[in-house]
Amino acid sequence: MPPSASRKPVLILAALIAALPLALPNDYTYEVAILVGLNAIVCVGLNLLIGYAGQISLGHAGFVGLGAYGSAILAARYGWPAWLAMPASVAGVALLAWAIGRPILRLKGHALAMGTLGFGIIVSIVLATEDRFTGGPDGMAVPPLLVQGEKAWYWIVGAALVGAVWLAQNLIDSPRGRALRALHGSEVAAGALGIDAAAHKLSAFVISALFAATAGALSAHYAGFITPGKASFLHSVELVTMVVFGGMASTLGAVAGAAVLTTLPQLLTVFKEYEMVLLGAAMMLTMIFMPRGLVPTLEKALAAARRRPR
Amino acid sequence: MLEQYLLSGITTGAIYALVALGFAIIYNASHVINFAQGEFVMIGGMASAAFFEAGLPLPLAVVLAIGMATLVGVLIEKLAVEPARDAPVVTLIIITIGASILLRGLATLVWDKKIHRVPAFSGETPITIGSGAGSATLLPQVLWVLGVSAVAVALLAWFFRRTLTGKAILAVSHNRLAARLMGISVRRVLAVSFGLSAALGALAGVLIAPIAFTSWDVGVMLGLKGFAAAILGGMGSSAGAVAGGLALGLIEALGAGYLSSAYKDVFAFLIIIAALVFLPHGLLGRSAAERV
Amino acid sequence: MLLRAEDLGKRFGGVAALEAVDVAFERGAVHAVIGPNGAGKTTLLNVLSGIYRADSGKIFLDDQELTSRAPHEFAAAGVSRTFQNLQLFFNMTALENVMTGRWLHERCALASALLRLPALARAEHACREAAAALLDMVGLSRWADARADSLPYGALKRLEIARALAAEPRLLLLDEPAAGLNAAETREIDELIRRTAARGVAVVLVEHNMKLVMEVAQHVVVLDYGRKLAEGAPQVVSRDRRVIEAYLGAEACST
Repeated sequence: MPPSASRKPVLILAALIAALPLALPNDYTYEVAILVGLNAIVCVGLNLLIGYAGQISLGHAGFVGLGAYGSAILAARYGWPAWLAMPASVAGVALLAWAIGRPILRLKGHALAMGTLGFGIIVSIVLATEDRFTGGPDGMAVPPLLVQGEKAWYWIVGAALVGAVWLAQNLIDSPRGRALRALHGSEVAAGALGIDAAAHKLSAFVISALFAATAGALSAHYAGFITPGKASFLHSVELVTMVVFGGMASTLGAVAGAAVLTTLPQLLTVFKEYEMVLLGAAMMLTMIFMPRGLVPTLEKALAAARRRPR
Repeated sequence: MLEQYLLSGITTGAIYALVALGFAIIYNASHVINFAQGEFVMIGGMASAAFFEAGLPLPLAVVLAIGMATLVGVLIEKLAVEPARDAPVVTLIIITIGASILLRGLATLVWDKKIHRVPAFSGETPITIGSGAGSATLLPQVLWVLGVSAVAVALLAWFFRRTLTGKAILAVSHNRLAARLMGISVRRVLAVSFGLSAALGALAGVLIAPIAFTSWDVGVMLGLKGFAAAILGGMGSSAGAVAGGLALGLIEALGAGYLSSAYKDVFAFLIIIAALVFLPHGLLGRSAAERV
Repeated sequence: MLLRAEDLGKRFGGVAALEAVDVAFERGAVHAVIGPNGAGKTTLLNVLSGIYRADSGKIFLDDQELTSRAPHEFAAAGVSRTFQNLQLFFNMTALENVMTGRWLHERCALASALLRLPALARAEHACREAAAALLDMVGLSRWADARADSLPYGALKRLEIARALAAEPRLLLLDEPAAGLNAAETREIDELIRRTAARGVAVVLVEHNMKLVMEVAQHVVVLDYGRKLAEGAPQVVSRDRRVIEAYLGAEACST
């Protein structure tokens, strides 16, 4: 791949983010856009783990929640300024991911799904139970960053997302990215070529945890309030769904998946009590008609359109 | 006290075992993890509550509820899984997740968001076994749970070993292509598998509803625990599903009794993760060496 | 001797796949491991590349002990291999497969990958050139940018060899490289093997294709039921009574 090709996703995304405010009429739409951005940051990292390294995590919301609560607790209970609390929390989560990653990633397939699922549930229970620190099931307030207002946060989250995509894309285009894809293709052959499977799976796991914790910390200071629901199993499943829906084939696919599956429930709230039914039906129908996910299906359609004789 | 914990552990364990069996049967037939399994449990409980509240006698309400869930199971297979049969497994899993959300939404529309009660099958008077320090009290419903689950598992074992349909399901789980070449209709096997798993889930829901009540979202955690039990026992192994279910129930009850009820789930999941790290194929799963 | 393995043993449950096997392989020579089905040939390769851990015995590569190391450590020591059931990266192009083979020669730190440091671009360029040259050597240049799963079977076998060679191994293990190939394709493999050995690599092939073995191997090891039955030059081994008996049964010895 020529060196300039890998800059395309980042540039496309940056252009989109810069242009989008023109289409956002009010604060609520900015809020949705910010939500999309935050989910997208997690999905870009999760895509490295699921789409490229071929692993699975059903507990990634746990890292989001830990990143959020870590920063919130440091800021609210120990008086740390937000710009210090956030990186500290993210670093702490990355360390935790490194520590539990080695034993958990020895598991494969369903056992790995179960291991990560268990982790996520353990985190959400601990967050809800240790109310001295976390405020319990009703959550806790978070001192906001100096910056306030939807528009300011839009640019913060947008910049963070562009940064995340840039880092992820660099990794994918590098020899280490090939090593990850090799692990997914054939772990045995990768080992025979000198690729230490355990070490690479661990680094993908830690990087994805880092991205998730960053999104969590940002969301805590943006919303000014967090609840243990952030780390719930349902949220973990939502994140995986976004990645799979995006197609698991590209970084922008993960962003697209996050965008569609974050805005969809927002759009469906107008249907009030029919929201769940419609959401479930929408998920089923889209996966039935786009089994490989959004981006690969679009690529196929584009390729077919180009081949059609004029 | 230990006897009390063991008893409550086996009771919940029996329920988990039934749910886990549902996961195992569908997984064996299609390699899909059916995330809507917990919703079958919910339908069992809610439908029997609704039928009973509508005036039907309890036995009829229960049977109708299980029948309804079975129908839903077959419908999901026909409408959601069939059309996507060539899709990657991950896609199918997302479809079942969508189905679970859809079913929960339908439950709030068809019924409501309230908690419902179903009367116990044979009364509420607690029975006391033993005396003094080694005694345990149990609700008669517990005997129903244990008894009916045991019968169900025995019937399943007979079904898989002695009936043609059962053997067909086993054949498909071992080698789908070979089964088709032998004339087995994979479509029928899939439909039967989903229907059977739904029935098992609904049975669990019906049995536990008098004790633990029932509501539109009771399936989420039960489905999750059933899934955990199935993997603990060894995904795809029916005996493993039963063993995993009982083990999980016991671990939970002991954790709740001796540690704290807030952390019983944490305790249970930690044990499961540790078990998987040492036994990656679960308690009874076979470790197949990969041929290179 | 480049590789020395002594008293190798490997059991699976009750079955002894390998028992008390001693082998030694020389630089620049082509060795063949033959034997009836189930003799333990692939097991031997798996043990010699670290995929299976031997239950007993030792493995030395140039006096460096490799026994009980992980597969990626065997690779780092200079062992490379192909597989009986192709283990190509079907999610990548042919060129990317071979580029991945260069992993051991392309040190890439996590930070330089994430931040896209300039030295990386130069290293990637060199990697691409080296991989393209290897594809050319095995005659697959026109498929460089095609996804691996779109190549014909014969091409896939050669691709796997190119990928194994990309690691610049000292010892190359080939598991049935000619399986499923026609006469012309087998001749190409023969050529490839000779050229690789000529560069000083110790080549070991597991093969059922006796014509190829007779033509290209300088040293043959015969396994039967996990034990070494005979070894020596191809002509000597092919006339060994025990070998003929193992393959064809006792009656064939009278011919």
